[in-house]
Amino acid sequence: MSMKTIGQTIKSLWSLIVGLKITTVEFCRPQITVHFPRKEVTNLGTYRGHIDLVPLANDAQTPRCIMCGYCADTCPSGCISLKFHMTGEEVNPEQRRRLLLGLDVAVPRSGGKTPPPDKIERVLDKFDLNYNYCSLCGLCVQGCPVGSLAFSRDVYLVGRARQDFEFDLLGRLKSRAGTNSGKAAA
Amino acid sequence: MIIELLATPLGHTVAALVAILAFLGLNGLVMVYMERKVCGFIQLRPGPFEVGPRGLLQPVADALKLVGKQLVTPQGADALLFWLAPFISFAPVAICFLPIPFGPIATGMNMNLGLLLILAFSGLNALSLVLAGWGSNNKYGLLGAARAVAQSVAYEVPLLLSVLAIAFQVGSLNLSTIVEGQKGILSWNLFYQPLAFVIYFISATAETNRAPFDLPEAESELTAGFHTEYSGMGFGIFFLAEYSYMIVVCAVATALFLGGYDGPFAPGIWWFLAKVFFLVLILMFFRWTFPRVRFDQLLNICWKWLIPLGLANLIATALVMKLVQ
Ligand code: SF4
Ligand code: SF4
Repeated sequence: MSMKTIGQTIKSLWSLIVGLKITTVEFCRPQITVHFPRKEVTNLGTYRGHIDLVPLANDAQTPRCIMCGYCADTCPSGCISLKFHMTGEEVNPEQRRRLLLGLDVAVPRSGGKTPPPDKIERVLDKFDLNYNYCSLCGLCVQGCPVGSLAFSRDVYLVGRARQDFEFDLLGRLKSRAGTNSGKAAA
Repeated sequence: MIIELLATPLGHTVAALVAILAFLGLNGLVMVYMERKVCGFIQLRPGPFEVGPRGLLQPVADALKLVGKQLVTPQGADALLFWLAPFISFAPVAICFLPIPFGPIATGMNMNLGLLLILAFSGLNALSLVLAGWGSNNKYGLLGAARAVAQSVAYEVPLLLSVLAIAFQVGSLNLSTIVEGQKGILSWNLFYQPLAFVIYFISATAETNRAPFDLPEAESELTAGFHTEYSGMGFGIFFLAEYSYMIVVCAVATALFLGGYDGPFAPGIWWFLAKVFFLVLILMFFRWTFPRVRFDQLLNICWKWLIPLGLANLIATALVMKLVQ
């Protein structure tokens, strides 16, 4: 047995003592576990819950969403489905058809094409999320042109059935606006 | 009448056995709680917390769960050996406690060859692991049993060598005599035989199959090793035996190296228990600090380091004792 092996062994023995020192220090440190029902976690800055709609700054009842449909298209899991209708003055059936196809609205200032009717508004009827399939990839949040989507911060979301994870986001926004007395919750 | 009966040697032994069994049952609960708390604290979590005040009743709940479970004998198992094994594992433990001097009076049986008795009966544990592994007709069980034998055979040698060094020094195998030789902290054998203590403690960790030497039950490799097939109290008894053996080896270490019940102010038995549980705490720290060794490493540590060092220590002790005389 050479000197080298002996030196190596002493070094390894020392590393065992260093290891014990580390566990002893950890043993004496305060715990970081939060006892849930009595206390709740607060450091949720980076937490990704299911997505939620963000309301307009001046109207907590209405989402910022412009119903572009980007999120529904881009979601890799097809979690998002939305429905809207239009209100506008004098929209005749022909125009309505074209509006629905998005021919005129999607291409503003497009030269010779028929201008859209004066006042057209899209009204969101339904914005549903099927959280069962969501991978929390964040593409929808990242891609929304008006920042209408954000991750919620509900860590303690529990459900017993698949249906519990099918959310009506518009309804949630409205009820939140109701309970928060109009305060916007981002 | 009862007092008269207790005064006879047989009565004393029987009373001691009953007391030991009660102690072992209680000890199992305490150690389960302690282990889980230590593990929790090291990992910055609270450990068991919800059952009873600060989780104190958790081990009771665990024990009830184990008792309530169905006992399953696996297909093709040798039922007799399979069910004998847990008892062979547990029964000798009670006897191992008899010669241990918990206090000046609290000694189950003051016998000349106490140390030998403990070593002999704790050797039976290996047999029970083999029976368990063989009887359960399970490849993991068998592999665990094979490992247990190799490990026990290897580590019993340095264990004996380190214990012998103390026996040479004191000139007795009677634990009570060994303890009485150590009065005052400076005369503890730990300071005369530090190497023997280190060797003893490492071998004892291996003998009790505690991590980092828990190869016979290595979860990540062998599911649960020799007790893979045991359910309910079959497993529970193995578990109890493991914790009891921990107490045995720590109690022997206390008696041999740490002055036994020697200590100021409080009655001896409290000092003895405090020292034992301190050593148990160290064993628990080992478990949650060190990763499991590989099998070749395990045997290398033993044959290449502990046995030569133990032999050298023994020879040195013998020489010194001869010169002193
Ligand atoms: S986070 Fe990803 S998976 Fe979830 S809804 Fe948004 S786009 Fe779909
Ligand atoms: S991407 Fe944003 S604006 Fe577009 S439909 Fe989705 S939520 Fe509405």
